[in-house]
Amino acid sequence: MDLSISALDYQRGIKNGDFTVEEFISKSLERIESVDKNLHAFLKLNDLALENAKEIDRKIKSNQNVGKCFGMPISVKDNICIAGSITTCGSKALEHFKAPYTATVIDKLNSEDAIIIGKTNLDEFAMGLSTEFSAYGKSKNPWNMDYVPGGSSGGSAVSVSANECIASLGSDTGGSIRNPASFCSVVGLKPTYGLVSRYGLVSYANSIEQIGPLTKTVEDSAFLLNIISGIDPNDNTTIDNDNEDYLSNIDAGIEGKKIGIISEMTNSEGINDEVLNSTNDAIKTFEKLGASCEYVSLQMVRYAVAAYYTITSTEAGSNLARYDNIRYGYEFDTEGFEFNSYISQARNMLGPEVKRRMILGGFVPSAGHAGKYFLKALKVKSKLIKEINLILTGLDFLISPTVPIQPFKFGEKIDDPVSFMLVDFNTVTANLTGKPAISVPYKIVNGLPVGIQIMADSMNEIPLLQAAYALEKTVELPEVPI
Amino acid sequence: MTKIGLEIHCQLTKLESKLFCSCKADYREFEPNTNVCPICMGIPGSLPLLNKKAVEKATLIAMALDCETPEKIAFFRKNYFYPDLPKNFQITQLNADGYENTSIGWNGKVTVDNKEIQIRRIQLEEDPGRLIYEGATERTKVTLVDYNRAGTPLVEIVTEPDFENPHHVRNFLNILSDLLENLDVSDPGLEGAMRADANVSIEGGSKVEIKNIGSFHDLEKAVHFEITRQQSLAEREIEIIQETRHWDDRRKITVSARTKEEEGEYRYHLEADIPWVNIDSNVKNQLQIQMPENISSKKERYISKYNIAPQVADILASDKYFSDLFENANNETNAKDIANMITTDLMGLVDTREKREQSKLEPTHLTDLIEYIKSNKITRTSAKLALEEVVKTGKSLPQIIEELDLGHVSDESTLSDIISLVLSEETKAVEDAKQNSEIVNFLVGKVMQKTHGKADPELTLTILKKNLGL
Repeated sequence: MDLSISALDYQRGIKNGDFTVEEFISKSLERIESVDKNLHAFLKLNDLALENAKEIDRKIKSNQNVGKCFGMPISVKDNICIAGSITTCGSKALEHFKAPYTATVIDKLNSEDAIIIGKTNLDEFAMGLSTEFSAYGKSKNPWNMDYVPGGSSGGSAVSVSANECIASLGSDTGGSIRNPASFCSVVGLKPTYGLVSRYGLVSYANSIEQIGPLTKTVEDSAFLLNIISGIDPNDNTTIDNDNEDYLSNIDAGIEGKKIGIISEMTNSEGINDEVLNSTNDAIKTFEKLGASCEYVSLQMVRYAVAAYYTITSTEAGSNLARYDNIRYGYEFDTEGFEFNSYISQARNMLGPEVKRRMILGGFVPSAGHAGKYFLKALKVKSKLIKEINLILTGLDFLISPTVPIQPFKFGEKIDDPVSFMLVDFNTVTANLTGKPAISVPYKIVNGLPVGIQIMADSMNEIPLLQAAYALEKTVELPEVPI
Repeated sequence: MTKIGLEIHCQLTKLESKLFCSCKADYREFEPNTNVCPICMGIPGSLPLLNKKAVEKATLIAMALDCETPEKIAFFRKNYFYPDLPKNFQITQLNADGYENTSIGWNGKVTVDNKEIQIRRIQLEEDPGRLIYEGATERTKVTLVDYNRAGTPLVEIVTEPDFENPHHVRNFLNILSDLLENLDVSDPGLEGAMRADANVSIEGGSKVEIKNIGSFHDLEKAVHFEITRQQSLAEREIEIIQETRHWDDRRKITVSARTKEEEGEYRYHLEADIPWVNIDSNVKNQLQIQMPENISSKKERYISKYNIAPQVADILASDKYFSDLFENANNETNAKDIANMITTDLMGLVDTREKREQSKLEPTHLTDLIEYIKSNKITRTSAKLALEEVVKTGKSLPQIIEELDLGHVSDESTLSDIISLVLSEETKAVEDAKQNSEIVNFLVGKVMQKTHGKADPELTLTILKKNLGL
């Protein structure tokens, strides 16, 4: 049985009777058993997966209505809540936290008969881009285990890339879906802000983050977006998308479309030669497909990373303030503490990167410093939005490499926070502006992946996925070496 | 000149649910921590869902206080750590640079004792939970947290420092609580439904804030204490420093707060989980239509339309309970009688919140009572007794008259017997009455005594006169 098939192939396989759900799930569990000791994509597996599979098989056999997912195994980043099971957010502070409710995206997947195969590893509270900041150990890149898988949804990307499951849900605050998708050679989509409900996603920087799919193909991305998108009474920020279909017309092509290549993201000092060459190659491919490409400049992109870290730290400082170990948390004797010292003690459970951002988040918006940092960052954000909206009046898409560099080795950047932050250079703009962006696997150079990022205007996921699909069709990539 | 400003927090107790979830806005009946859900407990992954009705009710208050109102409102996070704050931030509003005019209202005014009090701003926010301290000694001391209140919709009303004395403050608070009650947004009588902080400064001194004041009654006392304290410092030429002081409820004094509470350390930023809410002219027009008649125009109407005495009209109009009763019981022709019955006979029977809650009185009872008095089926004195019984039991008037035997003694022979008895007992008065017709009224009174007020007064008079040959 081929575990590397796409979601749509899985659907066809089940419908044709090529395999049963139980067979596929048990093979997937075997695969996880054999490779995940090394890869460490998963923090926890679903004990009921096989039982669920049998149940869905019964439904299929007795010709009952079966949801579109037909029991396909989907993994979920461990910052998305499922009622009654533990959601750690990659943090010791939530080691025992059981959410009393289920995230909307999970409810939607369940109602389409997906099987949530397990919860995947992440940088603590989604702060990081390598999984090195997970309190439960790092995940490894299936293309080369000496290298980081990217992050923060690193476990999700690894689980899809290593064929441990069909697809995964991650969250993207500054590139946390697209970055590991690029590093692990899978498709990663960050939808328009508000297209997918955040109900049940543990907030890190709630003004800019979104849940999105990590998949083997662009079609699968559209397939999952069809399921998880739409207005949700439990999230006031969701947008009504009139149930639009992202999949049906995905092969429309991009002939006549206008593409802008963001100069700041292709001419920056930080870009690798391999990444630059691949990007130039992709530009030629787009032109061959009938699109016109031109270089454009987004001045504010130069300040985007600084603005991003300022804004996300501020929001993190606020969103993570609730982990005071009073209403939930871990065993901890309160004897001898007054409130403030108790809070300090409770927050000791947080890891170094989270602490760094909490400290930053206490500083940049504070009374004496907000004008210099936080308010300035908000100005950059609003200028960037103006700039990108203006440029998108004349263009259909904006492209760049997803990440300026290829995957790096473990430990290579961990002691240099600034160089770490610059890895986000190309991805944060989509978050700050709320625009949808997708990373499409494009090349394997020196055994490591390179992804291309395509951005579009808000709520333009249909053309965005069409462009991504057109590019993907031109690409032939090797099998993952694991 | 002494300057006093107020910050009033008023719960919108008339709403069904909390500001961001479906838990009850009236948390008072619940066991600790049972009126809670993932949203008001700040469980990770939950998101606030704005109660639009709260925005409407708050806007209604702003409009009633003659405020300017925004086109759209935004919410902010006020970040600080406190055990009663489930998220360790409070969702509130802010008049910040770049976000001007995004709170519920600003620049309002209220006239108090012929002076205009300016309302600086009104904002909508969530109430925190409550801390309960237990244990008498240092070793046994514990703090318990009850989150039932967390997330209750709260309207903050901030005045300019336009008050000059505690009495002025007190009158304003009375006017404000009548207004809120009249708008049907809050029940100011509920414990903790209205709280206030005050800032006080005297000529040449710094501004001192007083917090922790539990009731309006104490607010007046706290302000009075603080003015006296500052004046005595000034007399001794001691500097009055700018500080926050807490009201010590037990000792009835203000004490300096040990911790520094500075504005600006709250790291305010936009609450992105709640999109901006449009309050367009349509919404405002709708609210204007829903807006109940205000107290002063109600009073004017009572005076001009029904010819009710101004003092009576004032009592009726400023108390929603009475004015609702009045509006429902009067059928135009009996308005004046209903008004008088409410302000003379009923008022003492329902002078506390508990009594009002327990009262079984319906407006039709009042209508019936006046009707019965007018048609001589019952005397005024009996009507009073009947009213007491109505409030207690809610039974119909005929039933009460029957049960308590309050009906008129209008049977001529029965009445004649009683009158004969009176005449035989009061021989002197009988003689005098023949000379002075005024004395007849004394005899009527005696008949009333014997019948416990039930004798038909007119019939009594007729029979008496006949017997006396007048």
